[in-house]
Amino acid sequence: MSIFKKIMTAIRGGATEVGEAIVDSNATRIFEQEIRDAENHLTKAKRDLTGVMAQQMAASRDVDRIKREVTEHEGYAIQAMNKGDETLALAVAEKISNLEGEQTTQQQALDSFTGSANRLKELVKKSERQVQEYKRQLSMVKTTESVQKATSAITDNFSSSNSKLLSAKDSLERIKAKQQSFDDKMKAAELLESENSDNSLAAQLKEAGIGEADNNANSVLERLKAKQK
Amino acid sequence: MNIHKIANHLNTLADNSETGMVFDCQPISGEVDVLQVSVIGREELPIFVSVTDDQILCITYLWGADEVKPDSIHEMHTSMLEMNIPMPLSSFSKIGDKYVIVGALSISSTYDDIEHELAVLNNNAIEIIDDMSEYLV
Repeated sequence: MSIFKKIMTAIRGGATEVGEAIVDSNATRIFEQEIRDAENHLTKAKRDLTGVMAQQMAASRDVDRIKREVTEHEGYAIQAMNKGDETLALAVAEKISNLEGEQTTQQQALDSFTGSANRLKELVKKSERQVQEYKRQLSMVKTTESVQKATSAITDNFSSSNSKLLSAKDSLERIKAKQQSFDDKMKAAELLESENSDNSLAAQLKEAGIGEADNNANSVLERLKAKQK
Repeated sequence: MNIHKIANHLNTLADNSETGMVFDCQPISGEVDVLQVSVIGREELPIFVSVTDDQILCITYLWGADEVKPDSIHEMHTSMLEMNIPMPLSSFSKIGDKYVIVGALSISSTYDDIEHELAVLNNNAIEIIDDMSEYLV
């Protein structure tokens, strides 16, 4: 059964009561053990792989060396034949034959090491994927457990503080009302600010003798004089 | 990362948060430590933060199953599923008989990431209650 199904079955089965474990702690331990086992396999496979790859490199070097020696001796054999020394040429040919036998053996060893190395690389990849998968599943189990425990802590906190959870609509209304009141205050403050700046502008204009002049005694007298004329 | 470090960071932010929100943090002790984060002015919808081995979970309770109009439950579920992808960073879930909105962050997230997550989650929560209120009693 997949871990998704296990968790869903547990939740549907009514294991949502506060304090009741959704996934029993055994499951978590089994997972942790499986991860450790897989990681051990992985370490061992990687160690084996290193050894095999070293042997593979050594075999490859041997094959190359033998090939070089064969070419070299082929040159000698031709030189011996050119000099008419059949006996020497035969001795060299024997040496070449031995080298070729050795080359076949080393090539077989190399092929076998290459095969092993490839198999181990596959195994390492597979184990790594498996470890990742187990870790993902463990994380799901642990998160489910953690959410459940957190929910239990939150519920306990609410019931102990006697605070009642508001309905979603009431909460929204209250938040909106607070936001509205905040916006209103901001608007009022802006309005006040602009009025103040109007006043200060008027004062500046007056000081510069622009706009409405003050009604003072002199101006009243001037007006009366003008009426009499 | 643990809830105390998050609380310290959010408290030192005060009025200087990137998001313009002011956070108030209150740790709740229990088998798992939970941090109750309230956004000033929106205390009715607190965010509960808990830290597991590999993630930081931020959860806000939206409404109870008993607040859903009985005839609207399927329609509401469909709307919620349809909203799940367009809604930035958060997803819906149900814990027990409560619908929740949840955001999960990597354990290696920065404080700025966490602050951003909390702000987005809080905005999403308000918006979604507004959008779904036709299905609620």
